[in-house]
Amino acid sequence: MPKDLSERIILLFTIFAILTVTGAVAAMSLRNLVHSVLALTVAFSGLAAVYLLLGAQFVGLAQILVYVGAVAILVVFAILLTRDSGTVPLISGGSWRLLRGSGIVVFAVFGVLAWAICHSSVGRHTVHLSHDTSIYEIGNVMMQRFALPLEIVGALLTVALIGAVTIAMQEKEGRR
Amino acid sequence: MTPLTSCLLLSALLFSIGLAGALVRRNAILVLIGIELMLNAANLNFIAFWRYGSHAEALTGVMFVIFSIGVAAAEAAVGLALIISLYRHTRTTDVDKLNSMRG
Repeated sequence: MPKDLSERIILLFTIFAILTVTGAVAAMSLRNLVHSVLALTVAFSGLAAVYLLLGAQFVGLAQILVYVGAVAILVVFAILLTRDSGTVPLISGGSWRLLRGSGIVVFAVFGVLAWAICHSSVGRHTVHLSHDTSIYEIGNVMMQRFALPLEIVGALLTVALIGAVTIAMQEKEGRR
Repeated sequence: MTPLTSCLLLSALLFSIGLAGALVRRNAILVLIGIELMLNAANLNFIAFWRYGSHAEALTGVMFVIFSIGVAAAEAAVGLALIISLYRHTRTTDVDKLNSMRG
């Protein structure tokens, strides 16, 4: 890989990483829930761009289709159907103990993860992918080695969606 | 810093943000969003290890992420249906007020 191209990829990665982290922080800290979901779509799109940069085209496009397209819309519908959650406080009153405890847990988790990543030898010897993976190869693998998991995920999705409809269905008097 | 390390650090940061949101925010929908962010951080780890590890041609990381996205979509659908159903019973989505099983 020429040096110029690799530098450009690093720059793009930095931009998309900043976009993703900013979107995630905004999604978790905004008071208005609809704004929060919009920030979430920004974070998911940034992550999809990172996948595309890493050479996983299919996963990046699936991320855009599933998360930006479907999950975000689903969350917006849930917000609009639950009327009390238009604007919510960042932290409910009197929960400073909870905030302190959560802060300690979060910083401990991030500290341990970052320490482990920076001190492990896994980042030092990396093999570079020689060829790009095409969707053809992914389809081949999906239909051969991963055929059974694919069927199971299909069954799981069917069951989960029927279950979701059943749970969310309006209850009539006495019967569903 | 190698590319793998920066990917893993981004993923750790994303996981921590999701964890903070899931722990601190009291709205059930926002807790679910935090969980989604944590799942995405795990997906990024899979892709990074697939891209920079050996045996990339086996496509194990990519397949794992595809299945993980499918399972996360099912989880989001069921979770939001549960939240809507709970809201119908109790008229709230504040997880602090949802503290009894019989509603």
